[in-house]
Amino acid sequence: MVKEDVITRLNKTATQLRKDVVLMIGGEGHVGHLGGSCSSADIIAALYFHKMKVDPKNPNWEDRDKLLMSKGHAVIIQYAALAELGYFSKDLLPTLKSFGSILQGHPDRLKTPGIEVGTGSLGQGLSIANGMALAAKLDKKDTKVYCILGDGELAEGQVWEAAMTSANYKLDNLVAIVDKNGLQATGAIEERFNIGSVSDKFSAFGWHVIEIDGHNMEEIIDALDAADEVKGKPVVIIARTIKGKGVSFAENNVAFHNGPLTKEQYELALKELDAELEKYN
Amino acid sequence: MSKTKNQRVAYGEELVALGAKNKNVVVLEADLGKSTMSNMFQQVYPERYFEMGIAEQDMISTAAGLAASGKIAFASTFAVFVTGRPYDQIRQSVAIGKLNVKLCGSSAGLSDFGDGSTHQSIEDLALMTVLPNMTVLTPCDATEARQAVRAAAEIDGPVYIRVSRNDLEDYISEEDEFELGKMRVLKEGNDVVIFTFGAMVHESMKAAKKLEDEGISVKVVNVSTMKPFNEEAVVELSKNAKAVVTAEEHTYIGGLASKVALALRKSSIPMDYVAIEDNFGQSARDVADLMEHYGLTDKQIIEKVKNFL
Repeated sequence: MVKEDVITRLNKTATQLRKDVVLMIGGEGHVGHLGGSCSSADIIAALYFHKMKVDPKNPNWEDRDKLLMSKGHAVIIQYAALAELGYFSKDLLPTLKSFGSILQGHPDRLKTPGIEVGTGSLGQGLSIANGMALAAKLDKKDTKVYCILGDGELAEGQVWEAAMTSANYKLDNLVAIVDKNGLQATGAIEERFNIGSVSDKFSAFGWHVIEIDGHNMEEIIDALDAADEVKGKPVVIIARTIKGKGVSFAENNVAFHNGPLTKEQYELALKELDAELEKYN
Repeated sequence: MSKTKNQRVAYGEELVALGAKNKNVVVLEADLGKSTMSNMFQQVYPERYFEMGIAEQDMISTAAGLAASGKIAFASTFAVFVTGRPYDQIRQSVAIGKLNVKLCGSSAGLSDFGDGSTHQSIEDLALMTVLPNMTVLTPCDATEARQAVRAAAEIDGPVYIRVSRNDLEDYISEEDEFELGKMRVLKEGNDVVIFTFGAMVHESMKAAKKLEDEGISVKVVNVSTMKPFNEEAVVELSKNAKAVVTAEEHTYIGGLASKVALALRKSSIPMDYVAIEDNFGQSARDVADLMEHYGLTDKQIIEKVKNFL
């Protein structure tokens, strides 16, 4: 049983991260991946603020756990977490995607402290995570590699090459998390390019599958803890989520996959998230 | 070390030597280890050898993950499969991220003569040299291949090494140390300079000797670093020559001919090339048949040189 105060703290953090995302995108017509960032917010909060061993003062700490956003377009939720943890100043968040900013449109390991590797061309992150997990096994390190994938991304064939590799090398130090928000850039996944049963696929590929509500903090933490107990095979957590979660007008709305916010939408989003934050005070 | 004339054997033996020196050296392969000779490493260091199955894209990204964790990751398969199939993986994670992934493109050029156009890499150097942060090495014999593998391990960042399938004549002595970007003059001469690399070094040397017999003095330069390309050396080595000819087992587009032409853009010295035209390869039972058909022999080099005189 996870303590209630931990759950409350993490729920509050997730809300703060969503607010940071809205602040980063701003209300001046710049586009940003609001939907896929908000669907991952609770998972990111649980990982960075509870589960993972990291040291913001020493981003390259050898014994750290690692997190890769294979769905690299949603990196802004990761930027929010890294800033809240102090990897870099929160003052930099509004520079997102501006010329010269350390906060690129997609993850860049050479520019941003805490970013492990470049992703964004979809379908490649799980393979990279496998490489990191293999290295950790070679070095006999008791660390974990977490990799967040989008469900739209699962159409990329390389994901399934990687899924075979994880199972083949028995990478029980790797946890894949599918942020299953059901929407890709142009519409509902099952209407655009139906990928079928994600859990059946991973099971058939030799993975241990856990299905959860990706916005229920207790379920997220229980799943992450349960993953630690699985030996000899990789674990995938399939998290049912809502794209745009936490911003009423963006929920389940593909217009906010990578759309701009009007001034009014920006203010409404902040108002809603502030009201949510208030609940925790 | 064996006295092999084969770059693939040199690659395998050098990997084993590197593995002994540095425990961070790891090797990935896509089911062609028996041909690329990376299986020599597997026999000695099985725990650091990763058979990735016939899945080149996954192999390259996995190598990126290993490299991001402090490993020096060598990934080998046929040149055509290590550059083309996972081009995006190389670009996105390895090159942009400047990761320590060393790609070995084996059976390059037309050297996989029997397998035909699908397996013959006529454009691998164009693909790899166009990428920022990439170093591209094109050794001309087994000794230089060894040197290239060692140099690759020392370089901080991605490297592509082009390896031929077939035995090659010796031109480089082990004592002559490899220097990144250095163009090696294999034969001095005054009238014409031939810039070449890989298997075409031998053809160029044959051509130079025949031309010498006719009283034409030819300098032969071995270009074993295709990137960073040493433009100054091209200008310097061509100074006072009447003409420049390039010779390569690669398409003229984006290969040595393109690079030398660019290096000489402010020069009045005329140049021509011997290279594969804008064509794919095809099967043959002997590599010589292909070299003849695509115009990659000493005969064509002599012809191009004489055109200028």
